[in-house]
Order: sequence, then C-alpha cells, then structure tokens
Amino acid sequence: MPELPPALSGFWVTFRTQFQKVNTEQYPEQKDKFPPKPRFHGRHQLNRWADGLEKCVGCELCAWACPADAIYVQGADNSEAQRFSPGERYGRVYQINYLRCIFCGLCIEACPTRALTMTHEYELADNGREKVIFEKQDLLAPLREGMVPPPHAMVAGMDSHDYYMGKVTGATEQQREEVQHEEAQREEARRQDQGAAQ
Amino acid sequence: MTATSNDKDTAQAAAEVEMVTGVIDGHEVTVPKGTVIIRAAELTGVDIPRFCAPPLLDPVAACRACLIEVEGMPKPQPSCAVELGDGMVVHTQLTSEVAAKAQAGVMEFLLINHPLDCPVCDKGGECPLQNQAMTTGNPETRYTLQKLTFPKPINISTEILLDRERCVMCQRCTRFADEIAGDPFIELVQRGAHQQIGIGEEPFDSYFSGNTIQICPVGALTSADYRFRARPFDLVSVPTTCEHCASGCSLRTDYRHDAVMRRQAWDDPEVNEEWNCDKGRFAFPYLSLDRLSGPLVREDGELRPASWPEALRLAADGLGRARGRAAVLTGGRLTMEDAYAYARFARTALATDNIDMRARAIGPDEAGFLASQVAGTCGPTYAQLAAAPAVLLVAFEPEEESPIVFLRLRKAVRQHGQQVVTVAPYPSHGSTKLSATLVPAVPGAEAHSLAALPADVRDLLQQPGSVILVGERAATAPGALRAAADLADQTGAHLGWIPRRAGERGAVDTGCLPGLLPGGRPLTDPAARREVASAWGVAADDLPTSAGLDLPAVVAAIAADVATRRSAAEQGDEAPANTIDALLVAGVEASDVPHSDALLRALQDVPFLVSLETRPSEVTDFADVVLPVSVVTEKEGTFVDWEGRRRPFARSFPLATTFPDAEVLALLADYLDLDAAPRDVPALRAEIDSLGAWGGERPWPGAAGATDTPNPGPGEAVLASWRLLLDRGIMQEGEPYLAGTRQPSVARVSAATAAGVGVPDGERLSVSTDHGTIALPVEITEMPDGIVWLPMNSPESRVTTTLRATPGDTVRLGRE
Repeated sequence: MPELPPALSGFWVTFRTQFQKVNTEQYPEQKDKFPPKPRFHGRHQLNRWADGLEKCVGCELCAWACPADAIYVQGADNSEAQRFSPGERYGRVYQINYLRCIFCGLCIEACPTRALTMTHEYELADNGREKVIFEKQDLLAPLREGMVPPPHAMVAGMDSHDYYMGKVTGATEQQREEVQHEEAQREEARRQDQGAAQ
Repeated sequence: MTATSNDKDTAQAAAEVEMVTGVIDGHEVTVPKGTVIIRAAELTGVDIPRFCAPPLLDPVAACRACLIEVEGMPKPQPSCAVELGDGMVVHTQLTSEVAAKAQAGVMEFLLINHPLDCPVCDKGGECPLQNQAMTTGNPETRYTLQKLTFPKPINISTEILLDRERCVMCQRCTRFADEIAGDPFIELVQRGAHQQIGIGEEPFDSYFSGNTIQICPVGALTSADYRFRARPFDLVSVPTTCEHCASGCSLRTDYRHDAVMRRQAWDDPEVNEEWNCDKGRFAFPYLSLDRLSGPLVREDGELRPASWPEALRLAADGLGRARGRAAVLTGGRLTMEDAYAYARFARTALATDNIDMRARAIGPDEAGFLASQVAGTCGPTYAQLAAAPAVLLVAFEPEEESPIVFLRLRKAVRQHGQQVVTVAPYPSHGSTKLSATLVPAVPGAEAHSLAALPADVRDLLQQPGSVILVGERAATAPGALRAAADLADQTGAHLGWIPRRAGERGAVDTGCLPGLLPGGRPLTDPAARREVASAWGVAADDLPTSAGLDLPAVVAAIAADVATRRSAAEQGDEAPANTIDALLVAGVEASDVPHSDALLRALQDVPFLVSLETRPSEVTDFADVVLPVSVVTEKEGTFVDWEGRRRPFARSFPLATTFPDAEVLALLADYLDLDAAPRDVPALRAEIDSLGAWGGERPWPGAAGATDTPNPGPGEAVLASWRLLLDRGIMQEGEPYLAGTRQPSVARVSAATAAGVGVPDGERLSVSTDHGTIALPVEITEMPDGIVWLPMNSPESRVTTTLRATPGDTVRLGRE
C-alpha cells in the first residue's frame, strides 16, 4: 500500500475509527451494566450486630491507621440507660472526610470488631466541603430484618463476648418492647411539647 | 541559695558517698553504693523491662518482669531490688538467654489473665504492658482456658475507676498511697489468682489519688473524668505550670482540638518530683465554662455586647477621669507578668498606689511583712525543706493549702525523721501523717503560742537548716508574723511564707501591694522611686509618694464617699470630690473576702467599675465595662511559687484569640495616650529582670502587738477555720467526679465544749453569728476547749458569706 502523504494519514485514522465498536459507557444511564469489582473500595459502612447494636467501640484505631487523617472519632461510655454497643465503649462521634480519604482500606484492616467495612458505593462527589464529611448517621448500616435501632440493652443473659462469638442472631422480643416503649415515651413527650407550645 | 553553692554542696555530697563498680553486659559502671541494678543499667543505656519499679517508690520486686542473671547467683534476680555490688557481673536479657527466657516467662504469666481489650482501654497507646507485649511477648497464647474476669470497672472513689482484670499486681498504687501520700485506703486483698486491689469501707478519697492513675503500668486505674475521651495519639502535650496553689507544680496539659482532655504531673525533681494533687490534675473544666466571649458595656443599667474599641474607649475615659482617685484589686490568681502590668498601670496610668492583690482575710502588719521579708527574695527551697532537721508550721496546713509542700515534708519525715511542729488549734489529718508535734494555739492568738514556745521546740529550730513556714492565715493573727520573724532571727531558722494562691507570690514580687514597688522596693524610699520611674520612663515626681489603701480601706473609703455625698445632698451643698472614683478589678471573687457584703456594696456604689474577667462573676454584675481576658491555657506567663522560684509556662493553645490582662492594660494605656507599656510577655519579663530586686533598706514600720487571747463565754467559742484543698472554689467547678472526693464537712470541737452545749458526737452543731448560722455534724476532736473548727468554703459551710466571720472571731454554739 502506497504511503499516504503525512497530511492525509491523520484523517485516515479518524475515518477508520468511525466503523469500530464504540467504547463509551453510558454512565449514569446504564451504570448497573458495569458493577464494581467484588473488592472495590467504596464508601465506608459502620456495621451492626444482629440485634441492631453498633459494632463500633470508638477505639479510634481506624483514625490511627489512616494515612490521610480523614477519620475523626470520639468514644464515650455506654450507660445502662443509653447503650449503643455491647461492652463499655461506643463511638459517639464518627466522621470520615471524603475529600481526604484515599480509599486505601487500612482503616478496615485496623478495625478490631469488623465494625468498619467498605461498600461499593462510589458516587461521593458533592458541591460543598461540609457535604462530603460523612457523620455517623450517614455511615451506619441500614437496619436489617431482625434489628431494632439502638440505644437499647444487650440481649438478656449475653455479654459483649457472646456478641463477638456470634451467639446473638437477632433482636429479642424484650429488646423490641424496650425500643417501642422508648419510642412511645418520646412521642408522648413530643405531643406534650406541642401542646405546651400551643 | 545560688547555683554555685548548690553545685558545691552536690560535689561535697558526692565525695562522701561510697562508690561501687560492677559490670553490666560487659560494660563497667560505677554508681553510688545502694543503687539497684536496674538504675545502674539505665546509666549504661540498657533498658530492663519493669512494671513495679518507679524510681521514687521503695523496691518490692513484685512484678518480676526485670529478672536478670548475676554471675555466682543460682537463679535469675529481680534487678529492681538487688543492689549493684563491687565486682558484680550482670547479664541482662541482651546478653543472657537465662534472663531473656525468665522475662519472657513472666510476660506470659502476666498476660494469661490480662484481657484483650486494648482497643477500649484508656491506657492503650501509652501502656508499658502493651509495649512490652509488642516487643517481647509471645504472639500466640498457650493458654486456652477461660480467662479470669471481674465485673468492669468499679469505682474506688467517684473519680478513680478500678478494672481488676487488667491489674498485674505491681502494687505501685498501694505503695504510692502508703509511702508517698500516707493515705493507705487501697490494699491488696485475696490471694493467688484472685489477688486484687481493694478498698475497705472507705472510698479512696485521697488528695493525691490521681497519681496512681498516672503510675499504673496498665489500664487498671483510670479516671471517670477522662474515660474514653481520647487516645494518646490524639493528644497534643504541652508542659505548663499549675495555676491552683503556690506549690508551683510542673504539669503536662494534653489537649485535643481546642479542649483540654487531661492534665498529668510532669517530672520536676526540684519542685513536684513526679507528683501533683488531684486539684491540679482534675480541676480544669472551669477553663472553658461559660466564658465571656467579648467586651460588655453598661447601657441604661444593662450590660450589652460592645466592640473592643468602644469598650476600651469607655473604660479609658472613665479611668482617665478618676486619675489619682482610682483603686486596683488584682486578686491572687494573676501571672507574674500580668501582676507587674497592673502594678505599673496603677502607678503610671492611674497615678495611684491603691493596689491590693489580696482577695482574702488580711491583717494590719501583713503588708510590712511581705515587703520586708518576702518581696523579691528567694526563700527556703524545696531542697532545703527536705533536708531540714526540723520544720515549724505557723497557721499553715500543708496538705490542704500547699499539697506538694506536704509531700516533701512527709518524705523528709519518712527518710530522715524530720521533726515537724505545728502551731494550730488541733492536729489535723495532714499533721498526723507528718507525726507533727502540736503547739496548741487559739486562732488569732498564734503570737502568744510562738512567744511561749516550749524550750525543746526552740532547741529543735536552732539546729542548722531548720525552717519556719508561715501560712497566709497568720496575717489575721495580730503579731504572729512579727513573732515568727523574730523567732527566725533568734534561732537562725529559714523563714518561708506560703500563700494559697498561685499568683500571690508573683504579685508581691512585682509590687501589687500598697506601699510596695516591684522587686521589694519601698514606695516611700526616694531612691527606690527613682529606679522604678526610670525603668517606666516617667518622672520620679509622677509616682505616688505615700502608701495607698489596701482592700478593706478601699471598701471603707467608697462607703465613706457615699455617706459624704448623701449628707452633702441633704444639706444642699456641693458634694466634695470622692476618695475613690473608679475601681479596676481583675479576678476577684467577692465571697473570698471577709465581709463580702461590704465589698459587694462598694462594687455597686463606686462611680465607675472596670472588670477584667474570664467568666461572669459578682464583679461583672456591677461593672460598667467588662473586658474579657485569657485563661492560663491561652497565654504564656510565669507563676512564682512559694520559694520565689519562677515557673514560666508557654501558651497551650497557640491559636487562642483572647488577650491576657497585660495586653488589655497596654491597650487601655494606648487609649489614655500614654507612652507604650510593654505588652508581650518577653518584654514584660525583660523589664522585670532589668529592675531586679531592691538592694536597699526594707523597713517594717509599726509593731502590731499581739492582742489578748479571746475569752469566749459559756455557749461561745473562738472560730478556727481554713480552706480545704477540695471545696467549692470556682476553679473546681464543672468537675463532679472530683467534687465527690471532697472530705465530708464537719464541725470540730473538744468533748468538753460539745458537752457544754449538749451536742453528742455526730449530732448537728449550729455555729452562728449575728449574720447567719452554719449547722454541721459535730466530730469530737482532741483540741483546746472553747474553739470550734469549720471548713471555710465548703458547700455546706461558707464562713465568709454565711457567718461573715474570720478565724479568731467569737461565735455562738448551739444544738440545731
């Protein structure tokens, strides 16, 4: 094949490409077509035990491991009246700054209770710095079947060790009643406040 | 004492000490005889693991972590308890397999029952056991059975939490409580694997309990206050000086973001060694409690927020109008530099000598005593106190009023049998722990007790190096200060004055007293005035020439002004000029002053009141202008401790945007169009140093003689009272756990006095004056008849505000 003049060879590339298969992915219209790989590092999640109590103990090892200083944690004491996790300590404040996070996953390796894992969610861009600092409520795993939202007591007769050993399989009727009772009391207080305001 | 003579002393002492030479890991080391191997090894750079052996506690060899091999000895030896002998050949874990194996074995034993809860343990990250387990511990445990567990954690006091399963039985805490603090409220109980730290029926309410948390080598002892608030790697640590009392402890402030998380004792062998008291350790929440966020000015009787320029303009105008007729009350809490700025501002900007740093009961001959004996001097030191063969305490309770002085005395009593003699109404808990001899004294009549001191006590004090310590309360006893100074002259004992507040000594040195210029210069001495005037860049004639008014005199003058104005108004005359037209008040709590009602009335009546404060107070309630100032964490400065030793500290929070007092005063001086005063701490320090101490005469005019011993009638008693370390002081606010360790409030009387008013032991005794009544459970105490002791400022017993009485006053007793 005779050599094309250099000026035309560029046009030839363009012409030839018109008939090749298109590589463009139709994001976001067709995003389900290309799911992330199984070990993709996406947004973090704070997991729960089977009865809804939080796994995070506020130990800050994730913050310690973080090479980007993206995680901020403050622990606090579980009390008999307000229990968020089995054992003594829970994470009262939990923030991850996704402007800093480099998704390296060292925090996940550091977590001693498997409280912190990563999801496949990657759509984290937003239009304000404060909107990409995720608070605890943004990171907590949703309540699944059989979970009731903390604060509530541990399963009767179990201690934190039993939770680690996987002996708790779901919220008991007692825990459900406790949470419903608390909710009813809050509702009552709210109604009284509204009544007082009127 | 100068540095040179100090070095010479040390050199002489070293010459007398017998030295021994041994070999540790092949290195020869020569140490004084009696040094244990673990310390000798430190000198060669060999670190032997240890849990039970901090240097200031006696060796016990409880944890066995420091086992080493000594040639010629059949078994591994604990290096924390075996002294290095001459020619001894020692092999540590670095050169001996026997030692390394012994240490590894001990670690394995210690970890058998230790829980794996490092992630939730407050010690995690700064834990010697954790470090040791990480460096030499076995990564796999051979122990597969159930670990011993205890219910987590138990309160051994409201502040201290004990987690028994973490304990490695090193006994540092029990030994500290027994040897150092003298409060053996915790002890080992049970045996074998069940051995644990326990308390008896009483909680661990020791003033020094916080030190056990710091020396605990595991997370067995933690504080309720710091529980789960931060991890060591979150914290920024800065050295600082304690702002609570005049002991001058070095502290470490650990903060996270803009909040102090905890405070710990910092190692300073010359002052606090490794210890501090619970007040210094835990009483810091007040630093961020309801702070004033900006200047306030009074408009139509109400305070409203204002800008700095507006507030400064108003304050400067008001103070400028009152030039020559103003007074300054600085309180006893300022740093040396801030106090100096007030002393300078009063004499130059306000052209007055009416300045007083004492927000407490004061006496007539106190100012003379401070000016002639204390200001600008360097008194007896902690080292001299520790070496003294005998110490006389006059109106001073070291455990309550200066706890590190107490620890040093107790150390001397334990180590070389120091004789402590206390002139007090009864042997307090602290005096008992010092095995002190009591010279009974009726409050207010300490001078009589000093004059009639038993001959054997006088002989004790004549031993070279003896010390007389006078507390600030001696000022209220007529003639006591003079008697103590005379006694020091006669016996050759060193005389030390110990105020309660951290800022008082610095304020004395910088001239925050009427008639006293910085460096102990008497205001009435023209040469002293010239020196100060040239340093301040003013004409010597511009400085006041006669001594001004102290706090009670200022209060009286304001009351007299009001009376004069009223009578002039009634007769239709033109009112004469006031004596006091304006008050400038720094951190003063009105209820600290006896007859605080009179002070409050004066604050209300004075025509113009400027308050420099950190929080809303009784003073800001009446102020015309309130200017917010920095707390200690937000400024650098210096506290001068009771020895006269400067204890400088840097800013903890470098980004703080508040102004220290000295800077606000410099701004005020700018608004008054005065020559620039130094406003930053280095410049202030330089000016203080360039002035130096006064080398001339220091007169102590007037002789306030001792008054007669009060003679209470039936149903009456003489009031004895002092402040307890933990009371309702405003700098202890916001710390409920610390407040829970306060001593219970009781009234103390002798059995005969109690019988006289028919109140049996434990029943409630009412103590009353014309103004009010305090009722407390009575504790029969061995003390002279006709005296009743009350805590001065405890929640149930507020002597200054309820009774409006000072120690030495006669009060009525009765059954509630």
